[in-house]
Amino acid sequence: MSVAVDNGRIARRFAALKAEGRAGLVTFITAGDPDLETCRAVLHGLPAAGADLIELGLPFSDPMADGPAIQAASLRALHAGTTARKTLDLVRGFRETDADTPVILMGYYNPIHAYGVDRFLADAIAAGVDGLIVVDLPPEEDEELCIPALKAGVNFIRLATPTTDDKRLPAVLQNTSGFVYYVSIAGITGAASADNAAVGAAVERLKRHTDLPVAVGFGIKTPEQAADVARIADAAVVGSAIVTRLAGGLDADGKARPGLAEDVLGFVRELAGGVRGARGSV
Amino acid sequence: MTRPNTYRSGPDERGHFGIYGGRFVAETLMPLILEVEKAYREARADPAFEGAIREHLKQYVGRPNPLYYAERLTEKLGGAKIYFKREELNHTGAHKINNCIGQILLARRMGKKRIIAETGAGQHGVATATVCALFDMPCVIYMGETDIARQQPNVFRMKLLGAEVVPVTSGARTLKDAMNEALRDWVTNVADTYYLIGTAAGPHPYPAMVRDFQSVIGDEVRVQMQELEGRLPDSLVACVGGGSNAIGLFHPFLDDPSVQMVAVEAAGHGIDKGPLAHAASITGGRPGVLHGNRTYLLQDEDGQILEGHSISAGLDYPGVGPEHSWLHDIGRVEYVSATDQETLDAFQLCARTEGIIPALESAHALAEIVKRAPKLPKDHLMVLCLSGRGDKDIFSVAQHLGVKL
Repeated sequence: MSVAVDNGRIARRFAALKAEGRAGLVTFITAGDPDLETCRAVLHGLPAAGADLIELGLPFSDPMADGPAIQAASLRALHAGTTARKTLDLVRGFRETDADTPVILMGYYNPIHAYGVDRFLADAIAAGVDGLIVVDLPPEEDEELCIPALKAGVNFIRLATPTTDDKRLPAVLQNTSGFVYYVSIAGITGAASADNAAVGAAVERLKRHTDLPVAVGFGIKTPEQAADVARIADAAVVGSAIVTRLAGGLDADGKARPGLAEDVLGFVRELAGGVRGARGSV
Repeated sequence: MTRPNTYRSGPDERGHFGIYGGRFVAETLMPLILEVEKAYREARADPAFEGAIREHLKQYVGRPNPLYYAERLTEKLGGAKIYFKREELNHTGAHKINNCIGQILLARRMGKKRIIAETGAGQHGVATATVCALFDMPCVIYMGETDIARQQPNVFRMKLLGAEVVPVTSGARTLKDAMNEALRDWVTNVADTYYLIGTAAGPHPYPAMVRDFQSVIGDEVRVQMQELEGRLPDSLVACVGGGSNAIGLFHPFLDDPSVQMVAVEAAGHGIDKGPLAHAASITGGRPGVLHGNRTYLLQDEDGQILEGHSISAGLDYPGVGPEHSWLHDIGRVEYVSATDQETLDAFQLCARTEGIIPALESAHALAEIVKRAPKLPKDHLMVLCLSGRGDKDIFSVAQHLGVKL
């Protein structure tokens, strides 16, 4: 499947990272958090701050796999009037400034279901979206969105977890494209951090089953933790920690204080430093 | 639409009732969902499991409960002959315990050590805390902060029974958020925890499993009506939030074409008063995906879930069980609604004519009977599922009636 799908950016980025001999940094922010303007400023600054791939959260009222930080981000975005259409507009605007950094939309199925799957895929491609991560669509529901996405040329990136055993793994990997996202803990986003040895073993196990790059996320909060993951996986994903940093820049009314975007991007720069220095320091 | 040979064969092996149902859960939970499905299938094939359920329902819950001829209400309404299926006489005062007995026995078979559940009005939380006390298992109940404030007696009951009640402060702080939080707990404690879902919704196999455990309601009605009247009932009426008491009453009769079925959703202030004024997912919503299944949902244009309103905390869930969505689409069950005011009127009528204080949930079904029965002939046999007793509701009813307790 992955051959038919590849629209290029994700594969090119991982190939370039491999050539550089380093792991990538995948950053997550929620579209429209805390408002569209501030989000746009953060989004546009991410590549220069060192984000190699960008996950953009499609806000949902009921994010049942997310911890408090991303739940709050989703609600802030919705209160600011963010919709699926405005999320795609953000991507379109970003693409005018950056033709190379992959953008992956991450969220839950119902907003896409409400938009209409075929229309959503067409609009996502037109906006410059490279892939989708949809938390509540396991392989058992592949014909809902995964197969249509692959046919339309949008990567469908699947989550593998500590509960995905060897028997189940082939089914999870079968229609996965772009990369595999390993969720390093059984839990919600922003919770406890995983043990490095366990993550290393899990990445090795995944590598035995797939040639796709493996990104590791959940519980990575500091540049040091990002560096630890960068030594054993193809990319480290940081979400809740960035979103928490963003929330720290809000005033009592939940409005962005001056300098919020720069502060968030400064944190991303620190994370990127951790990831980029990781293998050199082994 | 072609009529199926049977309405009772669903779901298919992937958990679908027509286009509804399914297993829309995070990958971390998927292996667990499959484990529950396998364990349930094996349990159903084990006569010892069925025997244990039967024994507990008889000795502990007090089943069978009566199919009671509501003579004064029948006379007052002057039409159909009205029977109440007295689920409110069960231990813990509602139909919820039927499902809890089944699921806790399953959790024990699976070797699970800890039970979690969500609750809205608190009836399912009390029933879950009850079976956890009975089987000596730790129990954590997630309940929205808003619901905790309006259902204090049930919160205290759960605590007396040894459960930990965790206030949910995310989202709108009601039932849907409690379910989100229970799912977050489950995804974090996958190894030892069993999620005891309280209604016929959620990912497969829950909708089918909860329906099976609640079908004891309809199975008993079938036998009891045969004994009392020598024939099948003509119509069945039940309230629907998630829809477990309704599906439990209806399912055994789905293939009897002479039996009409009416499900009553909560119209709150009125379905015409806007999307936030009611909790009628089928009558006033449209299909979407939430909490593991595709079903009718209260949602906005962008697929964001809306917070329903009902005078009854047990009905203000923004979704409904997937089998109901299917039964609606194929036209086998009629879905109607009752407003808060109609419900309050029926609540008082039932108390005064029958000496039974019904749960506000059940009073929605009573409100439909008040509309329907007078137009029907006296030989029309109508069964109402009196799903719960109203003791828990006296505070909110007093408030609505302007009475200070």
